[in-house]
Amino acid sequence: MNRLLRPRRLLALLHKEFVQILRDPSAILIAFVMPVALLLLNGYGLSLDAKNVDFGVVLEAQTPRTMSLYRAFVDTPYLAARPYYTDSAAEAALLRREIKGYIVVRAETVRNLADELKPQPYLVVVDGVDANTARIVEGYAAGVLGGWYQREATNNSLSNLAPGVQLEHRYWFNPELRSTSFIVPGLIAVVMTLVGALLTAMIVAREWERGTMETLMASPASILEIMLSKLLSNFVLGMMAMAVSVALGLLLFQVPFRGSFLILALVSALFLISALALGLFISTIARNQFVAAQLTFITTYMPALMLSGLLFDIASMPRWVQDLTHIVAARYFVACLQTLFLAGDVTAILLPNAIILACFALVFSLITLRRMTRNLEG
Amino acid sequence: MLARIYALIVKEMLLLWKDRRMRFVVLMPPLIQVLIFSFAATFEVRHVPLAIWNEDGTAASRELVRRFTDSIAFDLAGTIDNPQAVRDWIDSQRASAVLHIDPRFSADLAANRPARVQMIIDGRRSNVALIVQNYAATIVTTYNRETLAAGTLLADAGPQVEVRAWYNPNLDSQWYILPALNALVVMVMVMLINALSVARERELGTFDQLLVTPLRPFEILVGKVTPSLFIAAAEAFGILAVAVFAFGLPFRGSLAWFGISFVIFLLSAIGIGLAISAIAQTQQQAILGVFIFLAPAIILSGMATPIDNMPPWCQRLSLINPVRYMIDLTRSLYLRDPTVPLILHQLWPMMIIGTVTLGFATLLFRRRLG
Repeated sequence: MNRLLRPRRLLALLHKEFVQILRDPSAILIAFVMPVALLLLNGYGLSLDAKNVDFGVVLEAQTPRTMSLYRAFVDTPYLAARPYYTDSAAEAALLRREIKGYIVVRAETVRNLADELKPQPYLVVVDGVDANTARIVEGYAAGVLGGWYQREATNNSLSNLAPGVQLEHRYWFNPELRSTSFIVPGLIAVVMTLVGALLTAMIVAREWERGTMETLMASPASILEIMLSKLLSNFVLGMMAMAVSVALGLLLFQVPFRGSFLILALVSALFLISALALGLFISTIARNQFVAAQLTFITTYMPALMLSGLLFDIASMPRWVQDLTHIVAARYFVACLQTLFLAGDVTAILLPNAIILACFALVFSLITLRRMTRNLEG
Repeated sequence: MLARIYALIVKEMLLLWKDRRMRFVVLMPPLIQVLIFSFAATFEVRHVPLAIWNEDGTAASRELVRRFTDSIAFDLAGTIDNPQAVRDWIDSQRASAVLHIDPRFSADLAANRPARVQMIIDGRRSNVALIVQNYAATIVTTYNRETLAAGTLLADAGPQVEVRAWYNPNLDSQWYILPALNALVVMVMVMLINALSVARERELGTFDQLLVTPLRPFEILVGKVTPSLFIAAAEAFGILAVAVFAFGLPFRGSLAWFGISFVIFLLSAIGIGLAISAIAQTQQQAILGVFIFLAPAIILSGMATPIDNMPPWCQRLSLINPVRYMIDLTRSLYLRDPTVPLILHQLWPMMIIGTVTLGFATLLFRRRLG
């Protein structure tokens, strides 16, 4: 076996790979159609902003005060409030899933409303099946109530009410907390994970299944050259896919970009190499397209979606799952992209993550190289 | 006819079972995914690294700081003393939030003026930012009530909210995500098997052999569908057992409806898989077809983010996604013991999707035959 790396042979192999890519519609489909389709659907579909949530307000008694409270619930853009006059009516609506929750303004509360120094108990009931929305709705209701109470207190000049500590918030990098601005950079990482791994996993698994991989290996080309030609040709495709995704993020989703494109290209290149090498590795152990497809899906797309910090906060996961996220390359890429898009060139974030991505690229390539060699001998 | 179908079922079953690798990817991935992702998918935010910039330094402000660092939501990342440090710590994510207390804090409190406290939050992760803000607001409200108004009439004045959550009293994220994963991971497996089955036979040339056997198109369909349906349904019940016995989820619906719903859901998923398989010329195209369907189908299923949050056109698009109905159903069956009309309301769209796609696949078998 010839382990040498000869530029001429490598060039010939690369030429072969490019011809193959140009003739194969699925490579183009993976590299261009898939990122666009995924970004469009997910960029619009993945939204954490709950607005206009159906919400009931139960008014046991109607006074000017309670009507003003009801109006506060109608006025907020976050809740779509509708009135009920008994507990049981609102409960039935919750059972029929017409509302996600309701607040009860008791007759006793209404009586106490005349005197701000008396406690005013409210009951908020939420549909807990969607635990996340339930928590958000609960927060909205408390917020509307608190804001209304403060306005009422000032309007009636309750001077004896100490103002106390007042909290101001300032959000850096994404002042209006637009979830698109933070989801789209993360999504690009998820999409590129899938694209990178699919490009090599599927295409090479097919070569194994059809036996053309053996033919290639029987040629004078060395394993290193074969692997490099596969990686390089798909690398070019992958980088083009990345460029398309970034363009889409900037032009269509209007995500700001505060870093430098050079660093973006560099980080993407490192990530792409690790994704392609992972795909190549999957294809060498799977040797069968069904197994390769299943492995690709569960080692790339799902972890990138669930374990990368895109949707769920890594620091809040149990310790052992946090440890597990360290082997998900997408995690580091998501961190880099969110910083590059929203914050800028922050060396303290980009450098460590880039180094880890480089390690991933190197390790996956070496394992694949060994594995391919063993396959040939075995 | 039954004997013929049985023979085909045995053949398809052997295909799935004879290879060690095949057996592994059919059985293990769904279970592993359920185990890992159900822990990962938490919307609760804990241990947010918080930096403190306290320019006041009196007992009153230290008490406020203590309430922040004692809470499970925040971990003390360190203390800082200048504006440049705020920038550095947030930029490098050493802290996700900075609590800044003004030097006039205690003077303002003493003079009954509003004492301003500033929270600077890293907006790069806006999902966390919003929740962090809520936690901070709660801490400050309790502080006001318990320290400033302690002993006065004001202590229990004002609105007091009692929250009651139905079906999931502790608003446990696992109760939300596990029923969804139950539907999802089984579907991924079953769709891949079926999308590849015909495409693989076609690529290897054995599909034509199958067509010249005495089997009718409908029988081929039944033979192809049954083994994976059987394995997947068994796996769905397996995951249910894990969810109830290992994770302590309630199961308030009926097992019979769980089984019926899964069979209908799986048939619709198999139908989509076979339809992709019937169109695809090669396995590779079939796999791509599955990925192009699955990747957005997972997002638009309401698994992680509610369908109600999506723009209207995305919501309409999700109507053709069987996962959407099934996730709604599994959540209902686990948590709320749905009435039969509520179940049927989610079942009939899946029946339509299944009928259309399975019919389409049979049609394609027939056309190849003719």
